Amino acid sequence: MDLCSLTVYEARAGLRAGQFTSTALTQAFLERIDALNPRLNAFLTVNRDEALQQASAADERLARDGAAAFNDQPLLGIPIGIKDVLSTRGLRTTAGSRILENYTPAWDATCVARLRAAGAVFLGKTNTDEFAMGSSTENSGFGVTRNPWDETRVPGGSSGGSAAAVAADLCCAALGSDTGGSVRQPAALCGITGLKNSYGRVSRYGLIAYGSSLDSVGALTKDARDAAILLEIIAGRDPRDSTSADRPVEPYERLLAGDVRELRIGVPREYFIAGMQPEVAEAVRAGIETLRGLGATVIDINLPSTNLALPVYYLIATAEASANLARFDSVRYGLRVTGADLVDTYRKTRGQGFGPEVKRRIMLGTYALSAGYYDAYYIRAQKVRTLVKREFERAFAQVDLIVAPTSPTTAFKIGEKADDPIQMYLSDIFTLTMNLAGVCGVSIPCGLDAAGLPIGMQLMGAAFQEATVLRAAHVFQQNTRWHLARPPLAASPGHSAAGH
Amino acid sequence: MPNLTVAEVERIALLARLELTEDEKSRYAGQLSAILDYATALMSVNVDDIPPTASALDVWNVMRADDIPGGSLSREEALANAPRTDGASFEVQATFDAGD
Repeated sequence: MDLCSLTVYEARAGLRAGQFTSTALTQAFLERIDALNPRLNAFLTVNRDEALQQASAADERLARDGAAAFNDQPLLGIPIGIKDVLSTRGLRTTAGSRILENYTPAWDATCVARLRAAGAVFLGKTNTDEFAMGSSTENSGFGVTRNPWDETRVPGGSSGGSAAAVAADLCCAALGSDTGGSVRQPAALCGITGLKNSYGRVSRYGLIAYGSSLDSVGALTKDARDAAILLEIIAGRDPRDSTSADRPVEPYERLLAGDVRELRIGVPREYFIAGMQPEVAEAVRAGIETLRGLGATVIDINLPSTNLALPVYYLIATAEASANLARFDSVRYGLRVTGADLVDTYRKTRGQGFGPEVKRRIMLGTYALSAGYYDAYYIRAQKVRTLVKREFERAFAQVDLIVAPTSPTTAFKIGEKADDPIQMYLSDIFTLTMNLAGVCGVSIPCGLDAAGLPIGMQLMGAAFQEATVLRAAHVFQQNTRWHLARPPLAASPGHSAAGH
Repeated sequence: MPNLTVAEVERIALLARLELTEDEKSRYAGQLSAILDYATALMSVNVDDIPPTASALDVWNVMRADDIPGGSLSREEALANAPRTDGASFEVQATFDAGD
């Protein structure tokens, strides 16, 4: 049995049946990380010692309580990766930034604490664009992550480390964050499943903030069932995040059962545009036909403000970022570069500690919030955001799901867009609308292009309709095999050098 | 169309507490101008009577008891990541001249 290729529920079944121990499972992942991470750079920090301790504790609990242990610890012994923007108690958390190179949080993010309580094994922290600002991981202060499907290409971003780690079987599943597409776009480019939750569904406490009105935590997984399992654990009200929603957490895994026959699916014309890769549009249209064949009703809809979402996003997200990142002042944590006086120290520390994209976004956000431009840019962007949000509300009064491509292209070459911010920003054109509206959605694999690269399809639902979105994704995956496709990496370490 | 000068970039960089190199200043002047030019698409949208959206949730004024959910950090934990401390406090440069 190839332990590293298992889904969360398969690994759980294996542990429950005593087919293998969590220690063996964890050891298999650590060995595979040792073999492949030097090539992929998916993990920034490997949490070897703690992971083996957690696995050993899980094995003890299993020996003591047997299958009953999963009743209160549904992730007991399951090895997980965690994006390095999520705080982990006692484990270095860099946010992909040199300014936090030596930062070790004293607390867990709430989502991390919930995984810990559920018995998960933390394999390590995954690479990200610096402060989650980017679409390729090229903005990481610690080097790009390589796409397991083609190591000359990006994995997408900003949760590119988590996406590559799941795709390359370096962990069972991983957590990421999504502010404008940072879970869904890398999931699409790496051929896995990525769930962007409704704003407020999962606590943001302990997530290093980028754009606070847009940030969400979500899972990157091998299929929709795993996404449902993880969501059930991490969702819910948290007194430490006043924007976390006080709504019941649904039994998402159980609610996967069913079909799509009563579902009305809207296909927005604005998400099939000139300039996108034709194979992406074709594969997504074929995916929509699959859902129609399974009984869903498909209608064309319009989301006319889609083309305005990109400038709205880049004004609002950067304005919020410029305020959030003011905390990196070299006093309580992080790098300090001492200057002539306090202001000079701030400027030198931040000038040297932040990378080019983070500085660009802080500059843009500061400009949009500055006297004389606040109304013209920031407030106007918030008003157009209202239009985008209302369009989604109108659409969801008419349909249950909106289905569209996740990204206009498959994975692009490392360096291809690195010098052109607007070209890079355009790779999020189909994802950032959802963050502006606060709705939920999942990206699932729906095809491969001629180069053999994965294509992602987005199923979007109204706010707090995660159960519907996940059920449709699950039904699709029960009837297709795209989510089972794996990158052409060496199957497992130790076999990689074998000649045939 | 917006065309940021290097002087404006310097003004914003001071507001943002960022020290930029000469090369960064000229690069950002061009790139920020291009991004703001892209944002001019918003200027022609009719937003009369449209309220701004600050949050996707319709949640206002969340109240809670005046306590600390989950407790507080110890002094040692709070200082553990600081670049400079005297063991009991964060150390920073003086903000006022001795003669003030």
